[in-house]
This record gives sequence, structure tokens and C-alpha cells, in this order.
Amino acid sequence: MNFIMILKVALRAIWRNKTRSLLTALGIIVGIAAVIAVVAIGQGASTMMVKQINSMGNNLVMIFPASRNQGGVRTGAGGAQTLTAEDAFAIKREISHYVSSVTPIVRAAGQVIYQENNWSTSVQGCSVDFLEVRNWHLSLGIFFDESQERMGKRVCVLGQTVADNLFGEQDPIGKTIRIKNMPFKVLGVMEKKGSNNFGQDQDDIILAPYTTVKRVLQNSIFNNVNMIFVSLFSLDDTEAAKKDISALLRQRHKLGPRSEEDFNLRDMAEISQTIGSVSSMMTILLTTVAAISLLVGGIGIMNIMLVSVTERTREIGLRMAIGATPSDILMQFITESILLSTVGGLIGVVFGVTGAEIVGNIQHWPILITTSSIVISFLFSAMVGVFFGFYPALRASRLNPIDCLRYE
Amino acid sequence: MLIEVKDLVKSYKVGDMETHALDGVSLTIDNGEFVAIMGASGSGKSTLLNILGCLDVPTSGSYLLDGVQVSGMTRSELAHIRNRKLGFVFQSFNLLARTSALENVELPTFYYKGFPAGERRARATKLLERVGLGSRIMNTPGQLSGGQQQRVAIARALMCSPPVLFADEPTGNLDTKSSVDIMKLFTELNAEGITIVMVTHENDIARYAKRQIVVRDGKIIHGARFESADDPEAHT
Repeated sequence: MNFIMILKVALRAIWRNKTRSLLTALGIIVGIAAVIAVVAIGQGASTMMVKQINSMGNNLVMIFPASRNQGGVRTGAGGAQTLTAEDAFAIKREISHYVSSVTPIVRAAGQVIYQENNWSTSVQGCSVDFLEVRNWHLSLGIFFDESQERMGKRVCVLGQTVADNLFGEQDPIGKTIRIKNMPFKVLGVMEKKGSNNFGQDQDDIILAPYTTVKRVLQNSIFNNVNMIFVSLFSLDDTEAAKKDISALLRQRHKLGPRSEEDFNLRDMAEISQTIGSVSSMMTILLTTVAAISLLVGGIGIMNIMLVSVTERTREIGLRMAIGATPSDILMQFITESILLSTVGGLIGVVFGVTGAEIVGNIQHWPILITTSSIVISFLFSAMVGVFFGFYPALRASRLNPIDCLRYE
Repeated sequence: MLIEVKDLVKSYKVGDMETHALDGVSLTIDNGEFVAIMGASGSGKSTLLNILGCLDVPTSGSYLLDGVQVSGMTRSELAHIRNRKLGFVFQSFNLLARTSALENVELPTFYYKGFPAGERRARATKLLERVGLGSRIMNTPGQLSGGQQQRVAIARALMCSPPVLFADEPTGNLDTKSSVDIMKLFTELNAEGITIVMVTHENDIARYAKRQIVVRDGKIIHGARFESADDPEAHT
């Protein structure tokens, strides 16, 4: 029997019991739709997280001051004041084989005023390498240069949010704003970066030379910094670079081999790994749920196929009597079962994709529908058809034509 | 010689009891014969027809069909034999419901590898015209009378041009008039050279056949002509 004919007979058998076929396929439809939708939402979320992590900068290693132990009393994290801008430049100088750029970060916060507008924001003091380290670009004007940094000039670059709030439609370049009542000249405006993983607006910021922030805004005579951003040439070097940085800082901070480090190193790989392990756990969970729902759907198909074989016993007998071989009958019922499951799978894919889009639109979640998830779930539904259709089909093919023809 | 069976035995085991549905049947049927197999219910006549029609296999004995040894064939091989060499007409017609007469008649050719697809429709239409249903080829079984349904079944049996037709109580579900029509059709087909082997318990129907065989208790008690050279005594 040729394939088109087998398909035609199977289609007719399914079409004859429309409601029953639909209810049978529903198990597969729900299973596949759920998988497609949840995978789309999950992959969308993890892609966004990865993107945001990358947006923090190029292969970053972050150095924070650790706690300090003074006569048995320990301060909290960041209590140590031993991390300095000189450490940052030493890292760039000494570990230049791994490190491409580096910037110390000094933080201050305060009220910013331009004419009748004012805005409260944070000011980040950094070095000229900042743009490269954070992989961030200017949208207007220029960044401060090395001499301005060295001399602690009162110049700054505005984040988009700050520029919008102080200047509105006006061009801020060359204007003078007051930060904590100190005049600063605006050199440029940063490109919009959006919010980070924690929902923080990364554009609500003012950048200025760390020297200026330290001296003018913190009124500090010390040279400790809040953190150091180190950018590596390659993410693969992270471990080796961290080891070298650690060794260098220990030496610079005159720490003996047995004393606690007064700094902490954090890198992107750690955060990526955390996200990776969360998403792989999600994948395992989803696969389990999908497997269970498809198993249930498959059992439904097997059940209905057994009913179908019983109902059509006389037809099977007749077909055998006029020349159908056992393998013809086997193929016939397996095709019917595959058809049920793949049509169910297709409907499920459509429902899953539209469902994910709808949820994404309503909740403003990023949705990522990959071809592979569609193809895999479709193939899986076909496999369910083969697997669960095989036993009923085998039973049909093993029937004795005489018994079938006598069956009432 | 179209059909030659020798010492056919078909036994069933029910619990510890072994019953013989056929108990050593030997028989030959020539090309072009019209044979009626008669007997009371339970005599084994249907079992004999099923074995001759390759729907069932004997417990022992040999069966030569058109010179081919059929006993010992696999299920697939038997399916091919049924497809090419045999046609079946059943008491309950066994047409596919909600399927047109034309498609019902075409059905055997789908299991006939190499049957020219272009000829399928033309041949089915011609056969339906031959059995007098030329105007009803698109009707489904539900739209046809019993006699008409049986004629569709006969057209289907003839689709792959088999040399022999097996009919199991072909008039069992029909009224007298339709029965006469069907038997006339069989007579015509037989005159055209098709061998017909028919099971019936009605004497009126059996009279249409040229040769009657009577089966009782799994044995042929009348009409078992056996013309194998090595066993001349089986002649009755």
C-alpha cells in the first residue's frame, strides 16, 4: 500500500471521530504548548540577563575593599581603606598581559543644580579608562582627558537621565552645573544604557575625574577608593588574572602570607555561572514537566488507538482478506497515531508561540522563541506517536483475519 | 487443477478437549468449476472455505493452489495470495462504511504493488457497470440495498482479476429476489471462466452450482472428487 493511501485512510479515520481525536490530541497540545511557552519565556529572561551582565563592561573583574580588623573588632565589607587609585594603576602596569584597562571608582552623592532645575543623583569618580572598561560610549561631546584627571579639574559627563532632568531639550555641552554647590563644567553626555539586572537606572549618574570627586565632593585627603574595575583582554584569563591581581595587591598592601586579604575580587564569570546554573536547573525542571505531560498525552493516544483497533476489527479483517499484509496494517495504525500526535504537536506549537507572545506583551517580559525548541518539541511529539502507537498497531497486525471478520 | 487439498485437519483445543473441525479432507477443484459446499452448521464447511481461501491455516495436510504449495506460507505470503489469486464475498458484505462504492471496489488494488494507478478508476467503474451499478458508483453502502451492497462486494472481489472467487453464504442476508439476482450474476461470471467456491446451507442456492459437496462432522460425505494420481480411491 503506498504512503499517500495510508495517509488518506489515517486522515479519514481521524476525521470521522473529530471530537475524540481532538480530545486525544489535547494531551499533546497542552504539553507542547506549555513547553514552548515556558522555554520562550525562560530563554528570553536568561538572554536578557546575560546581555545586561555584558553591558556592565568588558570581561570585568571588580575589586572591593574587604572588612578590617581593628583590635578584634571587624568592620563590615568595605571597611578597609587600603584600596587606592595607585593600586589600580599598578595593576594595569604590572599585569598588562591580562589587563586591558582599569579604573578606580569613587562614589559621592548630592544635589545637582542647573538654573531653576535641580536633581539628586550619584556622582562616580573614575579614570579616563572608564569608557573602555564599562563598554560605554558618549552620545554628545567629549570625555575628560588625562591632564584634567591628574589636575582634578571640575569637569563632568552626564548620564542621559541627569541630562534630561537638568537640561530638557537644551544642549548641555559647555554649561556649568553645580554639584553640592561646586561648579562643574559639562563636557559630554553618555549614551543611554537602560536599567540593570536589579532595575536600577544606570543613566542616573554623573561621571567626573576620581581625583576631583575625592577632593572636592568627598572633601577627603585620603586616596582610598570605593572599588576598582579591571577589564581583561579575554574572559578565559579570568582565573589567572585574579591570581596575579591578588598577589600584587597583597604585596602592595604588605600583607604577610597568613594574614587575611583586605580586598575582595568578583568577576563576571561567577555571576554568569550562577545564572547558568539557575537556567540549567530550569531546563531540567522543564524537561521533566514536558516529559511527564507528553507521557500522559502519549498514554491517551495509546488508549484511543486501542479503542480504534477494537472498533475497526472487522475493517482490519476485511483489509487482510483482500490482501493487506500484517506490516500494511501495522503501518496503517502507526501512521494514524503519528498523525494524531504531530497534528497535536503542531497545534501545541502554535498555541505555545502565541501564548508566549501574549504573556510577554502583557507582562513586558522578553520572549525568545528559538527554532530549535519548536523543531525539538515537534519531533518529540512525532516520537510519542511512534512509541505509543506501536503497541496498538502491533496488536492490530497480529490479529487473525478470520477472527476479525467474525468479530461483532 | 486449480485447487488440490489432501488430508486437511483443523483441530481446536478447548481446555483438555481436542475437537476436529476438519478431519482429513481431500478434494480437488478444477478451473472453471462452480462448487457449492453444503452442510449443517458446525459441520466444518466454513472452516474448509476459510482454509481454501487462505484466511486460515490447517493444523496438518497439504494445499496446492494453482500449482503453488500454500501450506507453510507466512502471513505476508498468504496476504499476497489472497490479493492476487482469490476474491472474497461475505455474508455480511464487509464494505467500508461511509466510503463510496467506487472506492470500496478500488480497495484491493492498494495492496497490489505495481497495479497501474491510472487503470484503477477505469477498471472499478467498469466492474460496477458489469454488476449493474453503473449509476451508483458514488453511493456509500448506507445508500444501497443489501443486494446492491453484495454486488459492490462482488465487483471488489473481481478487482484484481483472481481466477477463483470464494463466497461464504453470499445470499444469507438477502431476500429471495436479491438472492436470485446474485446467483444469476455468479452463474454469468462462472460462464466467463471464473471458478466459484460457495458455502451455503440452502438447497435452492446450492442448485445453481454445477457440483455439490456435502460436509458433515469435518468430513466430506458427498462430492469429494479427488484426482491425485497417487490416491485414486478417494473418488466418490
